Amino acid sequence: MAAHGFGALTILLAIPAIGAVLLLFVPRRQTGALFAAALLAAGGEFLWSLEVFRRFDAGNGAMQLIERVPWMPGFGIQYIVGIDGISIFLVLLTTLLMPLAILASWTVRDRVKEYLIFMLLLETGMLGAFVALDLFLFYVFWEVMLVPMYFLIGVWGGTRRIYAALKFVLYTMAGSLLMLVAILYLATRHAQVEQVLTFDLLHLYNLHLPLQQQTWLFLAFALSFAIKVPLFPFHTWLPDAHVEAPTAGSVILAAVLLKLGTYGFLRFALPLFPEAALAALPWIIALSVIGIIYGAVVAMMQSDIKKLVAYSSVSHLGFVMLGLFALNLQGVQGALYQMLNHGLSTGALFLLVGMIYDRRHTRMIDAFGGLWQQVPVFSAILLFVTFSSIGLPGLNGFVGEFLILMGSFARAPAWTASAATGVILGAIYMLWMFRRVIFGPLNNPENQKLQDLNGRELAILAPILILIVLMGVYPQPFLSRMQPAVEASLQRILTAPATPVALNQNMSGEQNSDGR
Amino acid sequence: MDVNLTPLLPAIQVLTTALVVVGRDLFIDERQTKGVLAFYSLLGLGLAAVEVAVLLTGRQESAFNESIMLDNFALFFTLIFLLAAALTILSSIHYLRQTGIHEGEFYALILFATVGMILMAAANDLIVFFLGLETMSIAVYVLTGMWRSSSRASEASMKYFVMGAFATGFLLYGIALIYGATGSTNMNLISAYMLDQPSEWPLYLICGGFLLLIGFAFKAGAVPFHFWVPDAYEGAPTPVTGFMSVAVKAAAFAAWTRILMFKLSPLDSDWLFPLWMVAIGTMTLGNLLAITQTSVKRMLAYSSIAHAGYVLIPVVVGVEWGGLPLLFYLLTYSFMTLGAFAVLTSLADDDVPRDNYSDFAGLGFKRPFLGAAMSLFMLSLAGFPPLAGFAGKFYVFRSAVLAGHLNLAIIGVLNSLLSVVYYLRVIVAMYMEEGGVAGKSFRESPFVYLAITIAVIGTVYLGVLPSSALSWSRLAFFSLE
Repeated sequence: MAAHGFGALTILLAIPAIGAVLLLFVPRRQTGALFAAALLAAGGEFLWSLEVFRRFDAGNGAMQLIERVPWMPGFGIQYIVGIDGISIFLVLLTTLLMPLAILASWTVRDRVKEYLIFMLLLETGMLGAFVALDLFLFYVFWEVMLVPMYFLIGVWGGTRRIYAALKFVLYTMAGSLLMLVAILYLATRHAQVEQVLTFDLLHLYNLHLPLQQQTWLFLAFALSFAIKVPLFPFHTWLPDAHVEAPTAGSVILAAVLLKLGTYGFLRFALPLFPEAALAALPWIIALSVIGIIYGAVVAMMQSDIKKLVAYSSVSHLGFVMLGLFALNLQGVQGALYQMLNHGLSTGALFLLVGMIYDRRHTRMIDAFGGLWQQVPVFSAILLFVTFSSIGLPGLNGFVGEFLILMGSFARAPAWTASAATGVILGAIYMLWMFRRVIFGPLNNPENQKLQDLNGRELAILAPILILIVLMGVYPQPFLSRMQPAVEASLQRILTAPATPVALNQNMSGEQNSDGR
Repeated sequence: MDVNLTPLLPAIQVLTTALVVVGRDLFIDERQTKGVLAFYSLLGLGLAAVEVAVLLTGRQESAFNESIMLDNFALFFTLIFLLAAALTILSSIHYLRQTGIHEGEFYALILFATVGMILMAAANDLIVFFLGLETMSIAVYVLTGMWRSSSRASEASMKYFVMGAFATGFLLYGIALIYGATGSTNMNLISAYMLDQPSEWPLYLICGGFLLLIGFAFKAGAVPFHFWVPDAYEGAPTPVTGFMSVAVKAAAFAAWTRILMFKLSPLDSDWLFPLWMVAIGTMTLGNLLAITQTSVKRMLAYSSIAHAGYVLIPVVVGVEWGGLPLLFYLLTYSFMTLGAFAVLTSLADDDVPRDNYSDFAGLGFKRPFLGAAMSLFMLSLAGFPPLAGFAGKFYVFRSAVLAGHLNLAIIGVLNSLLSVVYYLRVIVAMYMEEGGVAGKSFRESPFVYLAITIAVIGTVYLGVLPSSALSWSRLAFFSLE
C-alpha cells in the first residue's frame, strides 16, 4: 500500500490549510461570507475524511494509505503519513467536530477572519499529528497546533486569557522540547545500531535499546504526552485553558487536543519503548487512578460549570490512561473508544455551557435553577449528555468505561476497584450539577427571559446526540475496525524481547485477559 | 608576491560602491532627498551578490601568500553580509529622513563595514583578519552614534567604542603571542607548526589562543563579555542594531569558525570546558535577562546574546558535526532577526523610539501585515516549527546529540522554553492588548515592507524546505581546508 508521492491523506491535511489561505482574501467585514467559506472548508474536509474512511481497509491492522516523500534526504527526514484503525476514528472525530465548532462560533463577532483562519490551521495541525509517521513530521505538527490554540485562547478568551494561553503553551512546550531531544537521540541510536539514518516511525519500532536508555527516552516522551492528556499531576494548565478559552476552543481542546496525548502514548511511547513502559506501568496506573478520583472530587467542588466539566475531563482521561496501560485488548480498545466518547460527550457539554453562557453571560451554578420550566429542550439535551458522560448503559460512555475496567481489572485489580469509585463520583458531581441548574424553583428573574435552543444550535448538537446513542447501542462497527490495529499495536508492545520480570508481568496480564 | 584579485572581487565591488556613494553625496544639495544613494548602494550590493554567485562554483583560490582565501565558506558568509547590508539599507531609507541622520555617510559606512566583514570571513592571516575587524568595527562605532541628537546613541557609541577597543587589545596581544610562538601570522603555517610539534607548544601559545577567544567572544557578544551589547544595541539607530546583531555577529563567528574552530583545532581540548561554560552561560543569561525587559529593542538585544549561545553549541561540538549547523543557524538567524528589526524600524516616529511592548499593543489588528510578520519572526526566534528558527535549532541540537553532548542539547531546549516567554509577550501585546501607537502615525514605507517581505520569505522557506540551504551550508563548511 505504500505509495510514493502525495495522496489522499495529504489532501486531508491540505483542505483546511487551503481554506485558511483563501479566507485571507475574503473581506474582513463580510462575516457571513467568512463563516460560509470556513464552513465549506471544514465541511468539505469532513466529506473527504469519509472518503478516506471508505478507502480504509478495516480488516487490516497495519498502516494504510501510506505516503512517502523525501523532505530532507541527507538527514533521514521524510514526509510520511499513514492511517490505521487507531487513528482513523480520531481523524473522523476531528473532522466531524470542526464544522460543528465553527458553527457554534457564530456568536463570535470580533475579528472573525483571524478566528476562522486559526480554527482551520488548528485542524490541519491536529490531523497532521494523527497521521504523521515520521517523528520529525509528528513533532512539527505537534508544535504547529500550539500556535493557533494560543491565539484562540489569548485573543478570544475570557478575562484571564493571556495567563491561561501562556500557561498552556509553556506547559506543552516544556514536555515537547524534551521529547525533541529524545527523538534526536533515538534517531541517532538507530543510525548507530542499524546504520540507517531515519526518523521513520515504522523503522524505529524495530530498534531495541537497553532498558536504561529506554527509560530515559520513555520518560521524555511520556512527560510530553502526560502533560497533554493531562495526567495528574500535570493537569494544572487544563482548567485555566478551558475556562478562558472560547466555546469552540474548549470543544476542540477537550475533544481532540487531549486525545493527542493518549494517542501519543499508544502510537509512540508504548511501542517505541515497551520495556520501559512496562517498568513504568504501576506508576502510571497509580497516577491515572489518582487523577480519576482527584478530578472527580475537585469537579464536585466547582461553582463554575465550565470548570466542573474541565475537571471532569481530568477524571475521564484518567480512565483512558488506565485502559491504555492495561495493555490488553479490552483495556486498549476501551480506552480508544472512551477517547471518542469523551470527545463527543464533553464536546457537547462545552457546547451546551457555551450556549447558556451566550444567553446569560455567566456560568455560575448558583445563577441558575429551575431551567426545565423555561428551556425544556436545552434541559433535556443536557440531561442526555450528562447520562452519556456518567456512563449510563445504553449510551456510549458505558461501553468505553466497561471495557476499560474489564481490561484494567486483569492488570491491576486493586487500582481498578478504586477507579470504579470514580464512576460513582462522576455520577454524583454531574447529576448534582444538573439538579442545581435545571431543577428547583425558577427564582432568578434573569432566567425567566431565557430563550430555548434555536435551529442552528440544535443542528450543531444533533449529530453528536445521534452518535452518542449509536455508539451506545451498537459499538460493534467501531470496535471491530479498531481491533486489528490495536492487536497489532499490542503485539508490538508485548512481544518485544523483555527482561524476565517484565515478561512475567505481561504473561499474567495476557492470561487474565483471555477470559473474555 | 602572489597577487590575485579574484578572491577580493566582492570586497572591491562593495568598496567601490562605498566610494561612489561618498563621492556622489558631495554633489547633492543637503536639502534634497538622497534616495539615489540608497539605490547606488543596493545596486552595488546586488552586483557583489552576482559576483559571489559566479565565483560560487566550488573553486579554491588563495591570494597574497595564502592570506586571503576564496572558498565557499567565505562566499557563504559574504552573502549573509550582503543580505544584511541590503535589508538594513532598505529599512533605513525612511528612518534616516525621520531622524535626520546623514544619508550619504550612513550608506557608505554600512558598505565599509561590509567590506571589513567580507575580509574577516576570507582572512587566513591574523593581520588581514585584524584589518577586516577594524574596518568593520570603526564603521560600526560611528554608525552606532550617528543619530547625533540622541543622547542614548552617543552613550551607546562611546560604550561600544571603549569596550571594543579593550577587546581589540586582547586580540592584538593574542596575535602577538601566537606570532611569538610560531613565527608566523599565517594560519596555515601556524596550524602546520602546531601539528608538527604537538607536545612542545610554549605556554604562551595557549595563552595567545585564549586571548583570541576572548576577543571573539566579545565581538560575538558572548557571556561574560556581553556587557556592551544591551546598551549599544538599544542606543544605536534601530536599523543599525539589526545590522549589528546579524552581520557583526556573523562576521565574528565566521572568523571564529575559520581561525579558532578550524585552524586552531589542536587547542580544542584546552578550551572545551571554558567554551562549554561560555555557551551555557550565554544562552541562559541572555534568555533570563531578556524576560525582564520592557523594551522590545532591548529584549532583542538580550535575545541576540541568547542566540549567540545557541551558535556556540556547534562550536563546542567541534568540526566533525558542528560545521553545518553553525552556518545554517547563522543563515536562519539572519532572516528572522533582520525582519524583526525592520518591523521595529517601521514603528519608529520622528523623535520617539517606540520600542516598548506597550507600543506594540493592538498592532496585529491595526497593521495586519506588520503584526503577522512580527508574529512570524517571534515564533521563529522562539523555535516553533515549521519556521527557520526551528530548523536552525533542530540541527544545532542534533549536532550536540550526535557528538554526545546530550547535556548541551537539554540545556539548549530548556533555554528555548525560557525564550518562549518573552517572544510570546510581543504577540500578546500585538494581538491581546489594546492601545499603543495610533494607527495613523505609522510610516508606510514601501522599502521597509519590501525588507520585511524578503525576511518573511526567507524565514518560511528555510523552515519548510531547508534542504538546499543545508547542503549549501555543508558544502561551505567543508570547503575549509
